[in-house]
Amino acid sequence: MNPLVTTLIAVIAIALIGFFGTAFGAGPDTGQTQQQATNWTAISMFAAFVIITLGITKWAAARTRSVADFYTAGGGITGFQNGLAIAGDYMSAASFLGISGLVFANGFDGLIFSIGWLVGWPVLTFLMAERLRNLGKFTFADVASYRFAQTPLRSFAATGTLVVVAFYMIAQMVGAGQLIKILFGLEYIYAVILVGVIMMMYVLFGGMTATTWVQIIKAVLLLGGATFMAVMVLLQFGFSPEALFAKAVEVKTGLAAATGKSAEEAAKAGASIMAPGGLITDPISAISVGMALMFGTAGLPHILMRFFTVPTAKEARKSVAWATTWIGYFYILTFIIGFGAIVNLIPNPGEYFVNGDLAKGLNGGGNMAAVHLANAVGGNVFLGFISAVAFATILAVVAGLTLSGASAVSHDLYASVWRHGNVDSDTELRVSKITTVALGVIAVLLGILFEKQNVAFMVMLAFTIAASANFPVLFMSVLWKNCTTTGAVVGGTVGLVMSVVLTVLSPGVWEATLGNPKGSAWFPYSTPAVFSITAAFVTIWIVSLLDRSARAQKERALYPDQMTRSETGVGAAEASAH
Amino acid sequence: MSVEAWGQIRSNPKFQTFVKKRNRYSIIMSVLVIFAYFGFILLIAFDKAFLAQQIVPGGVTSLGIPLGVGVILFTIVLTWIYVRRANTEFDAEAEAILEESTK
Repeated sequence: MNPLVTTLIAVIAIALIGFFGTAFGAGPDTGQTQQQATNWTAISMFAAFVIITLGITKWAAARTRSVADFYTAGGGITGFQNGLAIAGDYMSAASFLGISGLVFANGFDGLIFSIGWLVGWPVLTFLMAERLRNLGKFTFADVASYRFAQTPLRSFAATGTLVVVAFYMIAQMVGAGQLIKILFGLEYIYAVILVGVIMMMYVLFGGMTATTWVQIIKAVLLLGGATFMAVMVLLQFGFSPEALFAKAVEVKTGLAAATGKSAEEAAKAGASIMAPGGLITDPISAISVGMALMFGTAGLPHILMRFFTVPTAKEARKSVAWATTWIGYFYILTFIIGFGAIVNLIPNPGEYFVNGDLAKGLNGGGNMAAVHLANAVGGNVFLGFISAVAFATILAVVAGLTLSGASAVSHDLYASVWRHGNVDSDTELRVSKITTVALGVIAVLLGILFEKQNVAFMVMLAFTIAASANFPVLFMSVLWKNCTTTGAVVGGTVGLVMSVVLTVLSPGVWEATLGNPKGSAWFPYSTPAVFSITAAFVTIWIVSLLDRSARAQKERALYPDQMTRSETGVGAAEASAH
Repeated sequence: MSVEAWGQIRSNPKFQTFVKKRNRYSIIMSVLVIFAYFGFILLIAFDKAFLAQQIVPGGVTSLGIPLGVGVILFTIVLTWIYVRRANTEFDAEAEAILEESTK
């Protein structure tokens, strides 16, 4: 497929979803927020973050001369640094604000998502990390297309990358706009443009080096801030989780009683935060969500790209071990923070709830639990700090996404598909910079287009596509000798199409976003991952086995060499020797 | 150049045994994580009451919380166990095989 056509299709598909969402009056929107008073503390702290990170970008710019510097920081990041950067990529605003908000509302249920987001990491470590490092250079398409026909496979992988990046990006941009209204008291549109412009400066001038350091700084600030909050909460209870939980149950019971429930019902409602509730209803949805979260991690292009920034397989393994540690630690903190918010915010409705009314919910919406808790335990200055960090989080994640989208266009589509690899480093670098600007503009436009939409499903959709299109192709091409180009491309496409179509037909989009009546969704489960992942693997398997072409024979014959390189790293040295 | 080296490495029977051993280890570790996680998810789907019961009679903390936090810690510990073995024992073994095969 022509690379321009592929890119266009991805862009048009996303624009269409946006258009239809708007055209069909997208139902009640839980993501909308009220603008708050301008918060100068938060704004100045955020400004300080931006000034420091732009300083780093200037330093990084001097070291970003070749495409290798731009895409992978010249392979010169250590395992520990990369682990923090991966954790930074992963600890998005959705996981910090979303999970603590979920714990604040439902207690235990928040933990289910945290665990799902974590368990993909060990599997990625055990099966893929080292092989990715040994086979790849800049993008995961390098690995997946190692022994295959470059044009079809890279076109597919670039499409998979751009679609995942786009959905993830929309969620981040809309989140940024909503957050800035509450945190800084500024207009939505400022946030979207601000994120677009600053992020473009990081990526454009500092490439992967700047993006990595922005992630590292943000990860340290976020981990530090969250640790402080969790410690302050535990301090209130003499570091006894049992005492914290007991108080939370008591507060929730009081809350239920105040809304007119009988004593027995209120006690039941209070105790419910200690047990799994309505979040996971049927076993198929439970397994499906689990699979999307677990295998999606191993198919996120901006995460996979980080494996090429370290010099050796040893460092690649170390980086995932550190990333897993930080992410796991962070999720335990968000759980404590969510409970801390229950015991600190609900007894003070006047300060934290809309019109002081518990029934109307938190000021700024349910995702603001962690932000209000910052004020409760650390006062206005700490509130400013956490607000600035939350916004910086979005900025850093968007920069990582843009870099990975830019590399898919310039390295996979332009250099490999369009120019068949006959392109010098300077030209490829120029193309990736032009793409960065284009993606920055597209990100801002998508942010504006989706302002009024409920984008809550988009992160999950990004994970489902990553798990159903990118992961099966990557996994089979690296580990199964009979896999062929045709099998991989057809199977991956089946996974991609199924995950998008069935997600649109699921209750979360069909009813909650598109505003169709309840019960009218054609596909009854929360996510199609269990079906789309299976379909992708089975299709790759059957199509590859049926593939009797001469090209397929040649590809199978190349497997032993690929396997030897992926297991030993011999021949991979040149990939990192810049 | 690499192609020749790959052929030499592959023809070393020690390499085949080594790859088999390391892959078996990776798969066992992956299966452990998958069992722990989907076991937890299936408990949520099929036996919510089991997770909702208190650890200490009369207390509040439910069994689900230590189990959930346990899965997080298990994941982290298992990752470090794997990385430690891969970075020391396996890497040393691989290096010895490479040296022996390519000299």
